[in-house]
Amino acid sequence: MLSPAILIPAIINGLLIGAIYALVALGLTLIYGVLHIINFAHGALLSAALFAAFFAFRLLGLDPYVAVFLLAPAFFALGYALQRFLIGPASHGDDRNMLLVTLGIAIIIENALLYAFRADTRTIDVPYAFQTIDFGFTFLAVPRVVGFCAVFAVALALWVIMTFTDTGRAIRAVAKEKLGAQLAGIDVAHVYAVTFGLGTACVAIAACLLIPTYYVNPRVGDAFVLVAFTIVVLGGMGSVPGALVGALLIGVAESLSGLFLGESLGQIGIFLIFIVVLLVRPSGLFGARA
Amino acid sequence: MAEPLLAVNDVTCRFGGLLAVNAASLAAQAGQITALIGPNGAGKTTLFSIISGFVRASQGSVYFAGQEVTGEPPHRLARRGIARTFQIVQPFVGLSVRENILVGAHLHHRKRDAALAAADQVGHDIGLGEMLDRPADALTVVGRKRLELARALATEPKLLLLDEVLAGLNPSEIRDIVPVIRDFCRRGITILMIEHVMQAVMSLAEHVFVLAEGRIIAQGSPAKVVADPLVVEAYLGRGAAAKLGAQHGS
Amino acid sequence: MRSLFPIAAVLAVLAVVPFVVHSNVTLNFLVVALMIALAGQGWNILGGYGGQYSFGHAAFFGTGAYVTAILQVRYGVNAWFGFAAGIAAAAALGGVLGALVFRSGLRGSYFALVTLAFAEVLRIIASVTPVTGAGVGILIQLDLGIRTLQFQSRAAFYWIILALVGVSLVIARLIERSRFGAWLMAVRENEDAARALGVDASTVKTVAMTISAAITAAAGCFYAQYFLFVDSGIAYGTWISVEALLTPIIGGVGTVFGPLLGALVVKTLGEGAKLLAGDAPGLDLIIYGAVLVLIIWIIPRGLIGGLANARKLLMRRTGPATSIGEARHG
Repeated sequence: MLSPAILIPAIINGLLIGAIYALVALGLTLIYGVLHIINFAHGALLSAALFAAFFAFRLLGLDPYVAVFLLAPAFFALGYALQRFLIGPASHGDDRNMLLVTLGIAIIIENALLYAFRADTRTIDVPYAFQTIDFGFTFLAVPRVVGFCAVFAVALALWVIMTFTDTGRAIRAVAKEKLGAQLAGIDVAHVYAVTFGLGTACVAIAACLLIPTYYVNPRVGDAFVLVAFTIVVLGGMGSVPGALVGALLIGVAESLSGLFLGESLGQIGIFLIFIVVLLVRPSGLFGARA
Repeated sequence: MAEPLLAVNDVTCRFGGLLAVNAASLAAQAGQITALIGPNGAGKTTLFSIISGFVRASQGSVYFAGQEVTGEPPHRLARRGIARTFQIVQPFVGLSVRENILVGAHLHHRKRDAALAAADQVGHDIGLGEMLDRPADALTVVGRKRLELARALATEPKLLLLDEVLAGLNPSEIRDIVPVIRDFCRRGITILMIEHVMQAVMSLAEHVFVLAEGRIIAQGSPAKVVADPLVVEAYLGRGAAAKLGAQHGS
Repeated sequence: MRSLFPIAAVLAVLAVVPFVVHSNVTLNFLVVALMIALAGQGWNILGGYGGQYSFGHAAFFGTGAYVTAILQVRYGVNAWFGFAAGIAAAAALGGVLGALVFRSGLRGSYFALVTLAFAEVLRIIASVTPVTGAGVGILIQLDLGIRTLQFQSRAAFYWIILALVGVSLVIARLIERSRFGAWLMAVRENEDAARALGVDASTVKTVAMTISAAITAAAGCFYAQYFLFVDSGIAYGTWISVEALLTPIIGGVGTVFGPLLGALVVKTLGEGAKLLAGDAPGLDLIIYGAVLVLIIWIIPRGLIGGLANARKLLMRRTGPATSIGEARHG
């Protein structure tokens, strides 16, 4: 069990899966860092994005790696609208209310998917789904490698946006000091909505990267997002490097515990890490005090 | 000099790399009004938070009524008789004025009827008698300050920590609240107040400590402290000492 | 005692229902609604009065259901004792969890997350361990009789759940008028200000969680007796976590009758949805989600809270006239 020939691919696969987790976690941590709320609708949005990618393939014949260029902006717009016209107004600025509103939206989206498409699991067939690349010491699945590279590209793009654009600067200002930003003339509602949109776009990209090898049903997003919550808490709420590092760690942990403990117990491992981190060090590895 | 009711000894507090409070020592004599002044960001509220148990000091000790209370949580300090108000008023918004004060009264009155009676008494004493049934968020700024005082008073404290209770009030509102504070003293409550409003400090306080950049730089009677050049420098108010001196004299 | 009169009146009216309504379908609907109201009242103690929003109350519902089922099926324990044991087990769980979580200082979103994760962990464990029947679940043998707490007539079950709901209403009322309740509500409004006034916030919240767990567990124990089948999805599924929080929020957080009213509204909406659009899965939950968002948007204090607001607005016009003994109505 412990021979390098088995361990190393398990670790590398863990890293690759971790990258996708990272993308989902990034959206979550971005939203938390700026709006200071935990977006309970994140999972449902991931499920919705997976369905969108599925139908883009089935109905429009779009390969997921192409569909992403359509779905990312579409989901950005969806996220923007959700925050600007629904979550923001409905919560009246109260954190507890925001929790409930995002929960309500999650329930609506997930069950709308259930109602419209039933609970059957769907998959798509793309030619490269099971192709592998030979890296010399091991073979790695094509979709996973593409996913890994794509996530770093997205993280880089986000960094560029945050550092060099006006919008990015406004977002950072609001994250640091909302009242001050308001006084400086920044439209906070707009910034919140843009941030939510970016978080949702991350989820859409993650869906397109996942769908070649993963399955689609209304509950899938939930499972993914609980892992993303764990990552965000582990890495530190609101910390982008935390989300990336945390995701890679969790991906490896999941891969290794799947190796040693089997499928369902591996899941518990993640939750237990989650609960322990929350109890012992809620600020996570990189985060500021909550 | 009798043993002070409150003694803060060499308290230091670090936030990350920042020294918010640096070996600060002060004392409040029983039955007196003591003031803690200093420029913004000096660390006054941090010191209050340490005394009232909300923040842990990295070093140093706090003694109350002769016993060490360093590091005890706020609710236990409240039971000992230390009450505090907050710089930004924190009323229980969803409850009525009476219910707000009731929470304080319950500290020493277990049964609801007795606590309600005590709360009503305090409410009337503070001047909120007419507003007792109204929701707390219907109060004006002055009303909320009174409520903050009423709640603290209901806990029957021996020491009351007032954190800039006069901030944001206009001169006539200040004139209304100052007698309330003096009345506390008459009831035998010791007061330690953070204040920026100098006229109040001069007219209320018997002893003043000055905190600048986390350090106590001066202490003494208001007149003496205000004339101290170190203090003047800390506030960067050239000529302020002379101005206040002239006002106080007239 | 005078303050318990409204509760007695409501219970009296509801108690008469089985004499008037004979349709099993309607009685079944009411039994389920009352069961959800009970679960919701549990959530209400911690969330409504205490302001701590749990997203995983299924943890307590399911523990009550499983403990009572397991004790009866695997250990031949008497159903009444099993019921009590289920409540006690969940209360202990609530106390331990509360002590852990609140002493760590977890609040708000973090608290919601922990409770969610905790319920999910329990669900996964229950779905694989043999003692809970793993994937298959536990079936309680049909054996009518008082000793086994199983009855032929729905009316009997109706009165039992009504009695339990009644007890929960009384508990809520007693809390409202006690020192513990004043402290709990202070913690909800502003925890730091409460602490400065002598409130031991962590302990108060933990006690609230224990009581909350016990009440919601009673609903779970009842479920096991009524439906005679429990599995991990039923016991620890998100459906009950959602319904337990939905009913007080809609009916009125932090009020005695909120969960009861909310349960009746929510269940009626659910039935209405089924009538209109057939039995497609998910439709009733879509409506629940939409109602949740709408209530938070328009009447955040729930139906009863909204009524209280309207009443206060009217009272202000005609002048206040309350006595010392009545700090707050409703």
